[in-house]
Amino acid sequence: MSLVKLDQVHKYYGDFHVLKGIDLNIKAGEVVSIIGRSGSGKSTLLRCINGLEEYQQGGISVDDKEVTSEDIQVRRLALSVGMIFQNFNLFPHLTVGENIMLAPTIVLKKSKSDAGTIAKAMLEKVGLGDKFDSYPEKLSGGQQQRVAIARALAMNPKVLLCDEITSALDPELVGDVLKVLEQLAAEGMTLVLVTHEMNFARDVGNRVVFMHQGKVWEQGDSKTLLSEPKTEELKQFIGAVL
Amino acid sequence: MIDFSNWDIVRNLLFATQWTVLLSLAAFVCGSSVALCLSAIRLTRNPVMVRFVKVYIELFQGTPLLMQMFLCFFGLSMMGYEISAWGAAILSLTLFTSAFLVEIWRGCIDTLPKGQWEASRVLGMNFLQTLRFIILPQAMRVAFAPTVGFSVQVVKGTALASVIGFVELTKAGTMLNNATFEPFKVFIFVALIYFALCYPLSLFSQFLEKKYHVAR
Repeated sequence: MSLVKLDQVHKYYGDFHVLKGIDLNIKAGEVVSIIGRSGSGKSTLLRCINGLEEYQQGGISVDDKEVTSEDIQVRRLALSVGMIFQNFNLFPHLTVGENIMLAPTIVLKKSKSDAGTIAKAMLEKVGLGDKFDSYPEKLSGGQQQRVAIARALAMNPKVLLCDEITSALDPELVGDVLKVLEQLAAEGMTLVLVTHEMNFARDVGNRVVFMHQGKVWEQGDSKTLLSEPKTEELKQFIGAVL
Repeated sequence: MIDFSNWDIVRNLLFATQWTVLLSLAAFVCGSSVALCLSAIRLTRNPVMVRFVKVYIELFQGTPLLMQMFLCFFGLSMMGYEISAWGAAILSLTLFTSAFLVEIWRGCIDTLPKGQWEASRVLGMNFLQTLRFIILPQAMRVAFAPTVGFSVQVVKGTALASVIGFVELTKAGTMLNNATFEPFKVFIFVALIYFALCYPLSLFSQFLEKKYHVAR
């Protein structure tokens, strides 16, 4: 049973054909890394899965519900799909605790105290239990990204989409964020990551999807695919990043 | 002929000043409310509504406030709607104020990163929730200073209401001049009172600018 299902998805920006018929099935509990050069359509693909971008042909469904970019659908979808961005996108006028509690209170209609309990638990989980009352600007990039993860987790999503979430971080902070992801993967969370962290993709991911020119060029078990690439393009890509 | 002492002139002008203040406040409050609605409409990205707001802005920014006042006052009465000078002044100043505030606030809202909208959306918040909890609180901090700065224009704009017969500070000055034949003295007083109203607003605006821009 697939949790996320893409069927011949085509996406255009004006005349530019970004996604050229993507087929992809992601099972619950899978950790899938999407790799590829910039401009290959990785982020666009991710943003189609949660309705932030429209697609023009084909079908996407999450948890058996069809994805469209209509506002109401996107919001229903938000209950099963969490997303973490490259630039964290925390709300700077709210404390860390308020950042996490906001959506559970106003979207899921939880009480303040329930939301607070969840927020504290999620912060503990990402190792920031003592930052509840801090403002985002007082935190390092790595800490901010972990707050963003806690904020997404507080909505209890079935799948978490991560859009290059370590790319804006200083190298020494990347590890903390990856450790949180690794822990989530071990707990059985479904993760779809657009990433440049090849080691992470190999060691923690189950599957790697290599995108090239708007197509799924090659995909398979992460260890096999990265050690024995079949296509010339993937060989070149691996050679360039490792 | 009655003799007017300086105090008589100032006393009468100060009395009329309350109408200037009242008119400014009314125009500012009504103008802000209309601008708030127009800003929300603009943000829905509904093409027809966005177009409407755009035309509104162009129309009321692109014509002199005095013309708008004439149209509100004389135009409406010719169409059969009885409107007082006070009503026409508030109406036209509201249109004028809102047209400028929408533009000022647009700039403030657009300084917020697109990611704030996207993050709200993927957390399941709807448009109004996003506006209320995420966008407005942040945009307001940026908007305070230029909004207070613009209020100076509103205060000065109320002077035009004298032309349609509303007795505020400028009109009182004209009337006193007709009685005293001392234009220089009378209008110096008028100017000083306007300055006393506007200068604190400018200072306040500068203070807000420093406060919020350093804090960010």
